[in-house]
Amino acid sequence: MSTTAVSPEQQSIKPETGPILETRQLKIHFPVKRGLIIQRTVGVVKAVDGVDIQIKHGETLGLVGESGSGKTTLGRAILRLNDVADGSVRFEGQEVLELPGREMRRLRQKIGMVFQDPYGSLNPRMTAGNIVAEPMLVHKIFKDRSEITDRVMELFDTVGLNRSMATRYPHEFSGGQRQRIGIARALAPGPSLLICDEPVSALDVSIQAQIISLFDRLKEEQKLTYLFIAHDLSIVRHVSDSVAVMYLGKVMEQGNADDVYRNPQHPYTKALLSAVPIPDPKVERKRDRVVLKGDIPSPLNPPKGCVFNTRCPVAEDRCFVEVPLPQTFSDGRQIACHKVNP
Amino acid sequence: MTEALLKVKNLHTEFRTEGGIVKAVDDVSFEVNAGEIFALVGESGCGKSVTALSIMGLIPNPPGEITSGSIEFDGVDLLSLPSREMRAIRGSRIGMIFQEPMSSLNPVLTIESQLAEPLKIHENLSGNVANDRAKELIDMVGIPDSATRMKQYPHELSGGQRQRIMIAMAMACSPQLLIADEATTALDVTIQAQILDLMQDVTSQTGASLLIITHNLGIVARYADRVGVMYAGKLREVSDASDLYAEPHHPYTVGLLQSVPRLDADKGSPLSPIAGEIPDLTDLPEGCAFNPRCEWAVDKCRIEQPTLEETKPGKQVACFEHETVALRV
Repeated sequence: MSTTAVSPEQQSIKPETGPILETRQLKIHFPVKRGLIIQRTVGVVKAVDGVDIQIKHGETLGLVGESGSGKTTLGRAILRLNDVADGSVRFEGQEVLELPGREMRRLRQKIGMVFQDPYGSLNPRMTAGNIVAEPMLVHKIFKDRSEITDRVMELFDTVGLNRSMATRYPHEFSGGQRQRIGIARALAPGPSLLICDEPVSALDVSIQAQIISLFDRLKEEQKLTYLFIAHDLSIVRHVSDSVAVMYLGKVMEQGNADDVYRNPQHPYTKALLSAVPIPDPKVERKRDRVVLKGDIPSPLNPPKGCVFNTRCPVAEDRCFVEVPLPQTFSDGRQIACHKVNP
Repeated sequence: MTEALLKVKNLHTEFRTEGGIVKAVDDVSFEVNAGEIFALVGESGCGKSVTALSIMGLIPNPPGEITSGSIEFDGVDLLSLPSREMRAIRGSRIGMIFQEPMSSLNPVLTIESQLAEPLKIHENLSGNVANDRAKELIDMVGIPDSATRMKQYPHELSGGQRQRIMIAMAMACSPQLLIADEATTALDVTIQAQILDLMQDVTSQTGASLLIITHNLGIVARYADRVGVMYAGKLREVSDASDLYAEPHHPYTVGLLQSVPRLDADKGSPLSPIAGEIPDLTDLPEGCAFNPRCEWAVDKCRIEQPTLEETKPGKQVACFEHETVALRV
């Protein structure tokens, strides 16, 4: 979908009311190639296949799904980290997919990213202070080096790191502290949106809670908006205002997080939520559970019709032929299922 | 009360590292009764996996060594057994499932030959009989089309199916004890539920005990009868599962339970994380290893190490201040 109708200026007049980020019919299809020298395309993986999501200012959208659902690819596409996207990604009214390089760099100041692996995402040869300073140097945010140093110290305070740690190298930090460095780096250029891709899944339970609390506090203090990508539904429950559930490249259900968690409608959402054990035996052992049969199909060869049909407990003939389109319900929720109707 | 199937008494397992001696398991005692599901929970480095490997006699020596203690399985002290006899028990009367099924299966052997192997070795079955039994096992663990699967290699199966094969293998000789070390951690939640249900089913059918090692308090809540909570090499609390969640008596257990977000909680329900970091095992604090992170710590905790004591029937806690903790919760 090309975008000509709305000029960026028009949208940026009232940025507080519109969504800060919006994707429309976003498609990311990776070609699968074979052959050593002369390669030919033998198939296509539809990692993200026609996804519409919206995030409002100051809110958190939780993006959940199992492996291969396309949640990470979607997050990366917003920063154009994989250059095969089709459709539309609008950030503060600007079409991201068509931005020229220079403006794309400017946009990357406004969108920060926190990665899963606190070991692999920090340069082992740079000190923690330099890691946090680097985005400010790249984006030429401050003229004076002493200003950068001040800002780095301020960021260390913000994320709960001791200022004296700035001269240490990544290997001298624990996993939780490394994730704090990663967060400080993402905050350095002053972003309004933070994309967090599995930011706590590599951490121990007691450390996870510390980092989640840090995200909570930053949201309050800095009026941040989050796209929070995770497979842990309990954590997403804690942080999200709205939630989108993905399966094999498509959004199955999305809406207000309270609504979706209290009263899931899509058969996949129901099964997914019921598969997560609640840490309380009294509650957990009385729950009705839907245990799905079978495995997640290969994204190389997804089922015809609804992608969930191979595991769906209520699938009927139509689900094997026709792809269900997302329908909007009275509570604003969108559900893509033939068996759930407004 | 029936006699316990597994009795671990004052187990000490140490590793020699460049940083010094690491007491990975430090004076751990617990029992697993016949037919029960016992869970060992804790964070990384707490010693839960090393405890399991000690039971299986799989501690690499050097650098590791079981320095003292005893592990009694069905009346036999495993630590005094010659390795030949231990081999006869391992894989036959005690089965084990690991976290990463891809690296636990042999990539160049078919599923059939890997499944039949323990039957040929431990049960002296002939090739054909063992192969038939292998097919039955694949059916038992719920993998469709067993005849085709038998001829396939591990890479041709999904992660969930590989873990099913691991269960089939571990259950092949009808063990009395199945140890599952983070067996579902690498799997998606919908597959995790399938695999855990399967483990519960197969062990309850044969009356085997199940020792689950996990960091996931939700899994413990769903499946375990009794729980041991480990921290920095020691057991801190042993309790009936329902009692552990309703009345945690160790400050670490309290902290852990308050750290996990719940699916059924309201949005934004505050978490109370445990402050500080997990200590380095080569440089543990004096006294109780949890004292720097503990809000109940008193002077005594910084000098002396508490031992596991029974505080009420079915509950053991290693904390000087457990009465105060119990009152506050």
